[in-house]
Amino acid sequence: MKNLSMRDALRAALHEEMVRDERVFIMGEEIGKWQGTHRVTRGFYEEFGAERVRDTPISEMAIAGVATGAAMAGLRPVAEMMTINFAFLAFDAIINHAAKIHYMFNGQITVPLVVRAATGWGNQATATHSHTPEPIWAHFPGLIVGCPSNAYDAKGMLKAAIRDDNPILFTEVIALYPKPSPIPDEEYLIPIGESAIKREGDDVTIVSYGRGVEWALEAAETLAKEDIQAEVVDIRWLRPLDMSKTLESFKKTNRCVVVEESLPHYSFGSEIAAQLQEAAFDYMDAPVKRVSALDVPLPYAREIELMALPNAAKVVQAVKEVL
Amino acid sequence: MATKTESLTKETLLDWYHDIVLIRHFEDRCHHLYFEEKDPARKITGVYLHLATGSEATHVGAVKALGEDDHVITAYRDHGIAIARGVNPDRVMAEMMGKRTGTSGGKGGSMHLADRDLNFWGGYAIVGGHLPLAAGIALKEQYVKSGNAVLCFVGDGALNNGYFHETANMAQVWKLPIVFLVENNLVGMGTRIEESSGQTNPIKRAVGYGMKEGPSVDGQDVVEVYEAVKAELDWSRENGPVLMEARTYRFEGHGVSDKAFNAREDLKGELAIWEARDPINVLTARIKKKYKDVDETLAALDAEAVRIVDESVEYAVSSPAPDYNDLIANVYVGFEAGV
Ligand SMILES: Cc1ncc(C[n+]2csc(CCOP(=O)(O)OP(=O)(O)O)c2C)c(N)n1
Repeated sequence: MKNLSMRDALRAALHEEMVRDERVFIMGEEIGKWQGTHRVTRGFYEEFGAERVRDTPISEMAIAGVATGAAMAGLRPVAEMMTINFAFLAFDAIINHAAKIHYMFNGQITVPLVVRAATGWGNQATATHSHTPEPIWAHFPGLIVGCPSNAYDAKGMLKAAIRDDNPILFTEVIALYPKPSPIPDEEYLIPIGESAIKREGDDVTIVSYGRGVEWALEAAETLAKEDIQAEVVDIRWLRPLDMSKTLESFKKTNRCVVVEESLPHYSFGSEIAAQLQEAAFDYMDAPVKRVSALDVPLPYAREIELMALPNAAKVVQAVKEVL
Repeated sequence: MATKTESLTKETLLDWYHDIVLIRHFEDRCHHLYFEEKDPARKITGVYLHLATGSEATHVGAVKALGEDDHVITAYRDHGIAIARGVNPDRVMAEMMGKRTGTSGGKGGSMHLADRDLNFWGGYAIVGGHLPLAAGIALKEQYVKSGNAVLCFVGDGALNNGYFHETANMAQVWKLPIVFLVENNLVGMGTRIEESSGQTNPIKRAVGYGMKEGPSVDGQDVVEVYEAVKAELDWSRENGPVLMEARTYRFEGHGVSDKAFNAREDLKGELAIWEARDPINVLTARIKKKYKDVDETLAALDAEAVRIVDESVEYAVSSPAPDYNDLIANVYVGFEAGV
């Protein structure tokens, strides 16, 4: 057991998979000689060489498209989008191609592709560089979407993703890169489509993913001081969506708050709320409450940027509204 | 070109000198306010800040070649271009500090400066994203037969992005009045042009689109940049797009997060060569060759630039931050934000 930051846990996952399977290679902007914008691939170029650590031009459409083709032909590419914001330029390659090919050709072709992308709001990155758009991608069947909330999950989830035969968008919250968790020495995988209870409680269910889990856990600690016990569910994979833990918890607490770093309209929160009312209407003691970013493009100025973002205090507030 | 240069007045050269040293001081101050300033009320913060130190002659020379009704648009390395176009440095600095008095009301930040009144359409932070916008602006001018043209800065790295390919082709098909000026500083973030581009001569790319291969100019020499961009803008008004290049260098890392640049031993030699060709030195030499006894004048311009930057900082520091009403304003035209 040792403490690793999420950055190093991801690095270890990628490293282990590259050592284990020669078909695994990585490609993306500045991942090699420059050591990776987020330093997840630090040292890889020196260790694995230019063949398996491929620096690309600034060509997101081609990065995703070429990686899709290589996956179709039998390699297991892990493509990096420097940030999810730039993945919008690759949207067609990922959605219309990677995510559709297996179905469209009736299972003849598989696309064992992982697209990694740094995600998340904050630090005055402004409107074009501040998206947390996992729900948009999760809208489309055929694509798996995962986003870990801590270093431990990140390692197990990324390894599972690389071994899976589906195209996967794997997003990594920039603010979580430096945060450590204890990582066992032995190998482990976190199965795709498995959510997890991160804290137990009987009074309210807080559902989230990614950075929202951190806010939820922080809020739960605050609430505990007032004798309110929150149960925190980490969805981990937005697709395939595992509602089992959320439903089980909700049937116990009868109240739910959904926390998301992303925007409120047509969102993660909307989906969870809709599924809860369809499957557990009789257990509902209060409307499902959503804590999301404010519905504006994110501004630069620190003061108003922070106003627009969710945080633990806003989660506490929302919980009190549903109790 | 030599003959044309003769026609540049002393005032013009001094004016450009003023802008170049102003931008240099402005960028150096930004660097200071980001890294060294301790007082949070005076600091520039955030993850992105891309300085143009080293490229001032390219920015000033090209922008000065524009007519009043012409247009300019660029990527995120936009401070110098804004200032060269005449945007008040107070408002540029206020944007750096995220103030309501900034060019974008504190909502755009350093990468997204714009001043519509000056036909400075902005900095854009998605690589290549501004290229089709430039072509669209040129389309408007062609549509109304104004004779105005668009100057579009583009990085060497951005040439590899699909936006460039599609825009270049469409601009050529429609003969849009636009000059694509490749600001070739040899590198994207860290990847060198020879590692990212099959064709390392940017101008040669024009061939594939049937576009005019414009000149490659010394981007450290404001006069050379000015003459060439002016000629190409005029050509483009009648004939369509041009792809040209200014060879330049950035003296700093890609952005403030690039801590590797200054540590890269392999680049030290290259940096030294380019620093010897500092745009300020190149212009000073030109001026001194032509005019005697200018030392005092140049020193005065330099001092004036420092004063302008000092004032811009005080202006920015004393300006109010935006508030909640600003946060939810201008999401739509005529509709409220969905908050
Ligand atoms: C679509 C997109 N991909 C990646 C990035 C990250 N990025 C920002 S600047 C940059 C390098 C651009 O290089 P170049 O066009 O040569 O401009 P320079 O910074 O050298 O002026 C990259 C990769 C981005 N902003 N947008």
